[in-house]
Amino acid sequence: MEITVNGKSLALESEMPLDRFLADRGLPEASVVERNGEIIQRDRRHLVTLREGDVLEIVRLVGGG
Amino acid sequence: MDLKPLAIAGREIRSRLFMGTGKFSSPAVMARCLEASGAEVVTVALRRVELGNPQDDILSRVDRNKYLLLPNTSGARDAAEAVRIARLAREASGINWLKLEVTPEPNYLLPDPVETLKAAEILVKEGFVILPYINADPVLAKRLQDAGCAAVMPLGAPIGTGRGVKTADQIRIIVEQATVPVVVDAGLGLPSHVCQSFELGADAVLVNTAVAAAGDPVKMAEAFRLAVESSAAARMAGPMNESGRASASSPLTGFLR
Repeated sequence: MEITVNGKSLALESEMPLDRFLADRGLPEASVVERNGEIIQRDRRHLVTLREGDVLEIVRLVGGG
Repeated sequence: MDLKPLAIAGREIRSRLFMGTGKFSSPAVMARCLEASGAEVVTVALRRVELGNPQDDILSRVDRNKYLLLPNTSGARDAAEAVRIARLAREASGINWLKLEVTPEPNYLLPDPVETLKAAEILVKEGFVILPYINADPVLAKRLQDAGCAAVMPLGAPIGTGRGVKTADQIRIIVEQATVPVVVDAGLGLPSHVCQSFELGADAVLVNTAVAAAGDPVKMAEAFRLAVESSAAARMAGPMNESGRASASSPLTGFLR
């Protein structure tokens, strides 16, 4: 199945929990995830299953003015 | 004239110098500049994580007990994008303060007044403490203040230009009408620009590029801190009145004639 992460399409073998997806990719602890336009709170990530066509935005704070 | 501590949304802020955290050569240099600046309020931005390329986490360099994070909405081109970034930034930072900026065109990065006001109205209702980055437009500043913004942040010149306070007359009017703090943001390049901002009546200033792009950023951060201290001392002291005619500083008696 295919999902979109930060504007790029990504192939996943099967549906998987969001927290595992993030851990597998070594995502920074402080990042914030939005799925299909909705922010997924940190403590709810294990409850969310990634499905075909999901659109993820994964963001974090960086230096800025 | 006394100078009360700066307070925004009921929170006392110990320094009238706000610092940005962008464009520094390294997180370590940034951290030393924050220290040297004496700033409490520091801005941060929100960006996409690069998968497979973990970078230094800026939050690890900013002691949250010492600094108040002020996330911005840089990159937003309209109100909808700004609102979306705001919600993500709140989640990422854990605080509801926001420097609202909506800059649709890339050459001058001038803020869009209509979209900024629209976003401010939505975000104030959602409980955000909004500090909007605006052109130095007194009418807009008042509209934003009336909409419940906690401060207004008029520009001196376009972001990152270091051109100084090109908007002095309008900032003076903004200050005259303001019931919320006025923070001169953007375009300041030298400590003298900071002094000028305070002389116009500003309550605080925000600098980033001026420090980050200096030959010795840490030394420049100190220079800006001193400019703010000097400005505050001068305001407390009460400046003399200007005069159109000379008035001798030396006695006019006892000449050799």
